[in-house]
Amino acid sequence: MSITDRQLVFNVEGREYVDLDLYRSRGGYEALEKVLAWDPRQAVHMLKEAGLKGRGGASFPTGLKIEMVRNNREKERYIIINADEGEPGTFKDRYIMTHLPFQLLEGVTIAAYLAGISQGILYVRHEYDEPRSVMRDSIAQAQAAGLLGDDILGSGFNLHIELFSGAGSYLCGEETALLSSIEGRKGRPQVKPPYPTQQGLWGKPTLINNVETLSNIPKIIEKGALWYRNLGTNDSPGTKLISLSGDIQFRGLVEVPFGTSFRDIVYKYGGGPKPGRKVKAVNIGGASGVLVPEEMLDVPLEYGACSRAGITIGSGAVFVLDDTRSILDNVSNRINFFLHESCGKCTPCREGLRQAQIIMEKLLEGRAVMKDVENLERYTRVMQNASFCGLGQAAGNSVISSLHYYDQEYRGQCVDGDCLYGEESA
Amino acid sequence: MSTVEITINKKTVRVPENITIMAAAKLNGISLPSLCHHPDQKVKANCRVCAVEVEGSKNLVASCSTMVSEGMKITTNSPRVRETVRTIVELILADHPQECLTCIRSGECELRQLAFKLGMKEVQGVKTVKRLPLDLSTPSLVRDPNKCIKCGRCAEVCHHVQEVGILYSHNRGLDIGVTPEYGKELKDVACVLCGQCVLACPVGAIYEKDDTDKVWEALGNPDKHVVVQVAPSVRVSIAEEFDQPSGSIATSKLVSALRLLGFDRVFDTDFAADLTIMEEGHELLQRLQTGGVLPLITSCSPGWIKYIEHFYPELLPHVSSCKSPQQMFGAMAKSYYAQISGIDPKDIFVVSVMPCTAKKYEAARPEMKDSGYRDVDAVLTTRELGRMFKHEGIDFNSLEDGEFDSPLGISTGAAAIFGVTGGVMEAALRTVYEVVTGQTLEKLEFTGVRGMAGVKASSVNLGGTEVKVAVAHGLAHAKQIMEAIAAGEADYTFIEVMCCPGGCIGGGGQPYGTTNAVREKRIQGLYEVDQKAELRKSHENPAIQKLYEDYLQAPLSPVSHKLLHTTYTNRCQHELQ
Repeated sequence: MSITDRQLVFNVEGREYVDLDLYRSRGGYEALEKVLAWDPRQAVHMLKEAGLKGRGGASFPTGLKIEMVRNNREKERYIIINADEGEPGTFKDRYIMTHLPFQLLEGVTIAAYLAGISQGILYVRHEYDEPRSVMRDSIAQAQAAGLLGDDILGSGFNLHIELFSGAGSYLCGEETALLSSIEGRKGRPQVKPPYPTQQGLWGKPTLINNVETLSNIPKIIEKGALWYRNLGTNDSPGTKLISLSGDIQFRGLVEVPFGTSFRDIVYKYGGGPKPGRKVKAVNIGGASGVLVPEEMLDVPLEYGACSRAGITIGSGAVFVLDDTRSILDNVSNRINFFLHESCGKCTPCREGLRQAQIIMEKLLEGRAVMKDVENLERYTRVMQNASFCGLGQAAGNSVISSLHYYDQEYRGQCVDGDCLYGEESA
Repeated sequence: MSTVEITINKKTVRVPENITIMAAAKLNGISLPSLCHHPDQKVKANCRVCAVEVEGSKNLVASCSTMVSEGMKITTNSPRVRETVRTIVELILADHPQECLTCIRSGECELRQLAFKLGMKEVQGVKTVKRLPLDLSTPSLVRDPNKCIKCGRCAEVCHHVQEVGILYSHNRGLDIGVTPEYGKELKDVACVLCGQCVLACPVGAIYEKDDTDKVWEALGNPDKHVVVQVAPSVRVSIAEEFDQPSGSIATSKLVSALRLLGFDRVFDTDFAADLTIMEEGHELLQRLQTGGVLPLITSCSPGWIKYIEHFYPELLPHVSSCKSPQQMFGAMAKSYYAQISGIDPKDIFVVSVMPCTAKKYEAARPEMKDSGYRDVDAVLTTRELGRMFKHEGIDFNSLEDGEFDSPLGISTGAAAIFGVTGGVMEAALRTVYEVVTGQTLEKLEFTGVRGMAGVKASSVNLGGTEVKVAVAHGLAHAKQIMEAIAAGEADYTFIEVMCCPGGCIGGGGQPYGTTNAVREKRIQGLYEVDQKAELRKSHENPAIQKLYEDYLQAPLSPVSHKLLHTTYTNRCQHELQ
């Protein structure tokens, strides 16, 4: 399938900025017009039929989430667009905001309409100056065109969206930490339940969705659930935006239908490694994702298949390491990242990462013993099993997966390690 | 009550719905490990040592924060759970000083007990303890950030029970810590030194400033005449230090044990409590008769006094000018008692045993020396006294009964109930009623001011006039009343405020494990002391009558004013708008 094929959801085309006129000329806002004339339940049903799942990492069914907010008896409700795209190596939401802002806004408006929400907050990552300013302009333009604000398209439906800027914390992408941050409290995760759909912002039912998720909605309404399902696989309908980076020829954003193999993503979409180099490992899902070797690339991008193969799709970041790279360097880098971003609230994450960092340092300096590696594995396992939120639960994914696939690199760095492969690149 | 069927370790049981896995396990004979969990606090789920397996859940779940549901299959005893819990404790220990042998909390430390229970043999993680400085800035409390396990229990009690809110969990990641704002010291913030954080702490990260050495030194000094006074609530809590049930009345054994420590006289703060009623009761009558500032608010609780000085200084004219019983006792010991015993007041050393950490601060207030000598020389909490008894090998439970010395050890049941919320009010009403009406009060119990409700309002008929009174305990509840007064919406005549939940029986100097359930038992204990007392009205205390006859002349006399009354300070750190 051609990467410029206009038959997908986003149809990413390099630097093209789709302004309001261009967006409308391509059928933009027809979905909203349609929905405003429908019984909202019909549209929610369509989203469920389409099998749209959250693209932020947790892949919760979007139609169900909208319905949960919709059915809440409390009428004061909020929609929050999670644009705190903090996962390293991920830039899909940035692309949507800077290039397809109206597709996002249309999706937001439809979701809000379906859930009976008239107030929204666009929570933009602190570092995203450009997306923030594009979105600010786009919101103003949509408002001026009667597509946002009061009495949208003469329907009587109102939706006001405010911008909120994060303060640079990775963890605030986690929904309960994000809510705390908006409410002026420390950006730390909260106990669930209550879930945000029950008691979210200011204790009111809140629909929190990722930028990419919401941007899928107009296309589903426009072209139907069946069209959407046909794009992907039965298990995972639709497409996924993949942020490609690392040691490959083409780095950037691509949209791939679910079911595409990671091999195709790396070699066809990404053009494969640089000449003369080999793929050593691929990191899927960002810093919180796993590291897998070349042999694993035949796994298709699909929630079920990935889950069975121990791969977390997460935000859809694909980072390629060629044979010049050290696995331990990469893992150590990520442990440092998570230690820096941990809120410190729960023991396994805070103390587990602290110990993991110490052990990684010993490994890199060649001072470690095999017992350290054993402990590292145990600490990360406990972080995964018992951390309070997704940050700690996922922080050790790179350790666990690299210990599985690149055991010899760890052994090679231990003074008492029996390195089976002789000298390893370090 | 609706129930759900769940399975715990393959055993199917029915438990009430809407309870946590931890509570359900407890009902079925399994105490899951916990550190950040506290029975009187909301769920934090920070420490994660209560992790268990639930079928269908990829990760383990925290049993303190996960509710049971129909058909839930829970495993608490799998190798996976065991590894997880032990590793979490290991991780905590790696960042803990492990100075258990010399730690004030030692055997009563929840972390140490948990490590023992889990049979922790080895901590494989690298020790990461930093040497952060201790906060020794106040006379009452010591904060040791090195021992903190970041459970958040202290901050919660500070914010939600007391609503003083000076302790915060702040910073991120490894830098996380619980301290006053911007890492300031306790003396530089509006801490009222109530010590509720001490009771909340599972480890030895915050504790009373230990004054036992000061007392040992005085006891060992032949030139000192060392007298001790014991606060009402200590008699129903000290036995807990010797494994007796909560609320056990141990007055006579306490007296004997104090004698064994070597005090020259064993006196009773209850004596001074009766004296307080005489002064404060007459102050109330005087304000009523002369159109003074009303409502009158009690002044016995030093944490409460510091609180109003910080947060509602504009309401200070409402506060009774009476010193607290502790300070009245000290002032009497160094004046009246010195005179009748012929001992030079400079040689008298007054030790008080208090349920309270703020009392240490109160005793150190510069104005508390009206006799020319510091009223109280050293203040011990119930816990410190327990440690002194243990140090001397005193077999508390098998001691013979002893009696307080005369005259500063003679008291009434009205004084005993000073230790419970509503007790000062009740004691005052017993006296004020009889003074105003000239009639004998038939029913001594004012049940409207009893119990654990946070704010209790009641009214009393004083010779034809209905007088509205209110009682608050726990500063969050005191705050509600202060807001009402500030808004002009409180038409009370007399208000009792106690800083700590339940009153002094729930004070920050009481034995570890002071939960609301324990507080209820101690309350029952003190009411029983009152009920069994021969005299139950302060003005009938013969020693007090003689004190007025021989020395003070009358309540509110110039001598009384000089020795028994005090002044307050505006400690508000911000200009009021």
